[in-house]
Amino acid sequence: MSHLLVDHIVKNFGPNEVLSDLSFSIEKEEFVTIIGPSGSGKSTIFNLIGGIMTPEKGVIQLEGNNIIGKRGSISFMPQTPSLLPWRTVLQNVLLGAELQGKKDRDKAIEMLHKAGLTDYVHARPEELSGGMKQRVAFIRALLSPQSLICLDEPFSALDELTRLEMQKWLLSIWEDYRRTVLFVTHSIEEALFLSDRIIVISAKPTRVAAEFKVPFKRPRDESLFLDDKFLKWKRTVTYSLKNVGSEKDGDANRRTYPFRSI
Amino acid sequence: MNYLIRKGWRPIAVLLLLFILWEIIVKITKVPDWLLPAPTMIINEIISGWTSFYPDLVSTAKIAVEGFLVGTTVGLVVAVSLHLVPWIRDSVYPLLILSQNVPIIVLAPLLVIWFGFGLLPKIIVITLTCFFPITVAALDGFKQVPYAHKHYMLMAGAGKSQMFWKLEWPYALPSVFSGLKISATYSVMGAVISEWLGAEKGIGVYMTLASSSFRTDKVFVAILSIMVLSLLFFAVIVAAEKYFIRWQSKGGTME
Ligand SMILES: Nc1ncnc2c1ncn2[C@@H]1O[C@H](COP(=O)(O)OP(=O)(O)O)[C@@H](O)[C@H]1O
Ligand SMILES: [Mg+2]
Repeated sequence: MSHLLVDHIVKNFGPNEVLSDLSFSIEKEEFVTIIGPSGSGKSTIFNLIGGIMTPEKGVIQLEGNNIIGKRGSISFMPQTPSLLPWRTVLQNVLLGAELQGKKDRDKAIEMLHKAGLTDYVHARPEELSGGMKQRVAFIRALLSPQSLICLDEPFSALDELTRLEMQKWLLSIWEDYRRTVLFVTHSIEEALFLSDRIIVISAKPTRVAAEFKVPFKRPRDESLFLDDKFLKWKRTVTYSLKNVGSEKDGDANRRTYPFRSI
Repeated sequence: MNYLIRKGWRPIAVLLLLFILWEIIVKITKVPDWLLPAPTMIINEIISGWTSFYPDLVSTAKIAVEGFLVGTTVGLVVAVSLHLVPWIRDSVYPLLILSQNVPIIVLAPLLVIWFGFGLLPKIIVITLTCFFPITVAALDGFKQVPYAHKHYMLMAGAGKSQMFWKLEWPYALPSVFSGLKISATYSVMGAVISEWLGAEKGIGVYMTLASSSFRTDKVFVAILSIMVLSLLFFAVIVAAEKYFIRWQSKGGTME
């Protein structure tokens, strides 16, 4: 059974047809990235999985259970860190767990140490840099009890250097605390560096345009960015993303490239 | 305290200058005392009349505090119910604004007719003068909660009461304190007005007696004491604010 199953989802906002027949699934402890044009409905997918919107049609299942309209079944990291300014870093990372009624203070402190935030455990968010705030937001998501973590373009507001640092950091933490991850990004390099699988979605009305299994072995490090194979893959994904804007008929364009670079 | 001295010396200097000017003008032009008493005369009255004035001061301060507490409670309850129940907001908010257009002076005699001369009409007058700033400020605070924060809380599965207590209430607290500061000063005014409805003691009573007997110096003592009381109330709220809201100290939106 897949960890998350999204099947034939249709979502409109009035006359604005956003998701048309979107389907994909994620396996347990898999890191899957969705990449697609801006405005294609990536955040909408999260809102549907998070239960704060309901689809017109389709099925969304978490470990076999219907979660349509059920809030709190996933753990979430937004694009802006959204840390509460009156809480300390420690109180902030515990928020997600607190909402579900299961706080573990010791584990939180241990994770903050691992994340290099030892000096900031009792600091307030305003004292942190942008990158540190995102670390805190990610740890908050990791400490939440839900089994699936959804990240909506978490690094897109950071500068280039910080972003690379954060990607490496995210991978190392994730390799320690394996969870199922659904990640959304604009950046093809980010997607290739982080994920096991990439799902390319088309422009509105949105459906899955292509799927790639990323073959790079873990643990990965930044030398991967200069690897020939990596560059070839980057070209492939870029090409598939360029195509999605114009083509309209769905399944004909849906290609899977398992373990094969072009 | 250092901060207070650094910031406070300028207005104090201006005030002192003003008093000196006032004293000189009164002495030179020989204005009669009942028209405009000199500052020294007012100070003399404060010292010599202190024992008889003190009970009035205490009585007003007490009723102002009581009224302020009731007014704050009412203001917050109104704000929270307006915020949490949309249909109440739509139907009651316009009426609230309207209620602020009815002058208290006009309302006061009515309150006496309905509730007599006891404590109740006085508390109602003070409540009416001080609940509104709190309600407006709190509602504003609730409205200013950023969408990103609410979105996170929703995605993380926060219920309605978690949303309120963990996000909206703490977020609105600085706004609530702005409202409290205004209301605290209003409550002293409200207390004095309420005493005009008929009371045995209080600055309001003292003031009425003073002006009807042309003891202008006493009127000034009353005015001065109202100002000092208001300032004191204000200072208490500021101190409470500093204690409860430490997180915004760097934000710069507060003073
Ligand atoms: N709450 C909403 N109400 C109306 N339209 C919305 C809402 N949320 C998103 N949309 C529309 O859905 C489309 C996709 O939005 P979004 O999911 O934010 O895209 P992405 O995250 O891929 O940039 C856009 O056309 C946007 O206007
Ligand atoms: Mg988005």
